[in-house]
Amino acid sequence: MQRPPPAVELGACPTDVATVLAPSRFRTGSPPRLCYNRVVKLRLTVEGVAARYGARLVFHDVSLEVRGGEALVVSGPNGSGKSTFLRLLAGLQRPDAGVIVYEAPGGACTPRDALPLIGWVAPDLMLYRDLTARENLRFFAAVRGLRCDDQALDLLLEQVGLGGRGNDRLATYSSGMAQRLRYAYALLHRPPVLLLDEPTVTLDERGAGLVDTLIAAQRRAGMVVIATNDPRELRYADLVLRLGG
Amino acid sequence: MDRAKDTGPEAPAVERPVRTDAAMPALLAAAWAVFVKDLRIELRTRYALNAMVLFAACTALMVSVGTTFIGLRRTEEALLIQSSLLWAAFLFAAITGLSRGFVQEEEARTMAALRLAAPPAAVYLGKFLLNLALLAVLGAITSLLFIVLVRVQVGSPLAFVALIGAGSLCLAAATTILAAIIARASFKSALFAVLAFPLLVPPLIIAIQGTALSLENAGLGPALGALQFLVAYSVATFVASLMLFRFVWEA
Repeated sequence: MQRPPPAVELGACPTDVATVLAPSRFRTGSPPRLCYNRVVKLRLTVEGVAARYGARLVFHDVSLEVRGGEALVVSGPNGSGKSTFLRLLAGLQRPDAGVIVYEAPGGACTPRDALPLIGWVAPDLMLYRDLTARENLRFFAAVRGLRCDDQALDLLLEQVGLGGRGNDRLATYSSGMAQRLRYAYALLHRPPVLLLDEPTVTLDERGAGLVDTLIAAQRRAGMVVIATNDPRELRYADLVLRLGG
Repeated sequence: MDRAKDTGPEAPAVERPVRTDAAMPALLAAAWAVFVKDLRIELRTRYALNAMVLFAACTALMVSVGTTFIGLRRTEEALLIQSSLLWAAFLFAAITGLSRGFVQEEEARTMAALRLAAPPAAVYLGKFLLNLALLAVLGAITSLLFIVLVRVQVGSPLAFVALIGAGSLCLAAATTILAAIIARASFKSALFAVLAFPLLVPPLIIAIQGTALSLENAGLGPALGALQFLVAYSVATFVASLMLFRFVWEA
């Protein structure tokens, strides 16, 4: 069934959205937990979206709607376009057809204008290997216009299980540690939309537990979209999008 | 579990995000962060600086051997030749390193992280500042090498330094946007040179003529026209690049 296009006027990410992104107060305690000031009223609308690589159509006519508090799981075999779909939601790629809109209090915007809303974790997300973890986070906080002191950054590192390793260069990190740092990068600005591509890849059991905690916290505060091959991760889903047949 | 410990004292939190495209100071702060990050990585790895300085030193040495062998006298033509050789060494040394800023982001696959976090204008400004800083160092080293090895005598040091500075500004403004364009292409180095030369030939001709005048004459006056052209060209290229960068960055 063809749905009508979203009846919203697109523009730059509304100022209200940045205001709504009132950051959490980090709290100490075990297990690490994330707290948000309030739930963001948010809606993601995907309408008739298609993506292709060269001549190959990866997927087409994808339409769905995700609301604040919900988790969407994107599943499908290798090459079905799960990662591509998340890149479209993050604004890192343009869809070949269709429209993606984030609606928040104060207006609506396309993914390209929704950078303050989005946190993205993916295996192909790379941070700077020649910088330390703390330098990486300090840099990304600075370019996002956040004012963070070292104590706050250390606390964030501790929350993702990298306490005491903040002064090590990423070149010395294992793949699991790099994955944990990706979470710190994605959560730095407390985004109401969290996009997770293969969220537990390379993580150990404790890391997987951390992801559980994060996803639960994110659902309370905004929305989460997970691309996965792992059938166990379907348990997070309020909605499931199956790509590739 | 101890309840007080569980909730714990609130740690200093990350403060409210400021939209970086909303205010110029925030944009400049983001640009400065990009510059500092790139400079820190460059100082740790020295990918660009080593290549550029090595190239400049080798060229100055070869030119010195050649001009000594010829026995170049201080005529108007000789000054023009010295000026041309200086700018040729400067340009080719710069070309080897100036594309690193964006190419390195692409090769290290850090582009996506940067695109998600930083406003495009801040990225351009940060990379531009890095290229300008590299060119300032390279310009100083190349000039010193030519003065010592090739025995270039400078008539007006002020005009000479101003021309090297204005030429560096031209190079930085033009090559920063080109580096962003070629970052995702194959044959990056070759493409960079092919795209850069048509943009750089007009200001280079003027820079060579102006530098020859600064070698020949005392005072800023004779080189003033060349200086004005170089500054105007830099400003035009810089403004156009800043306006176009978002489209290149998000392509």
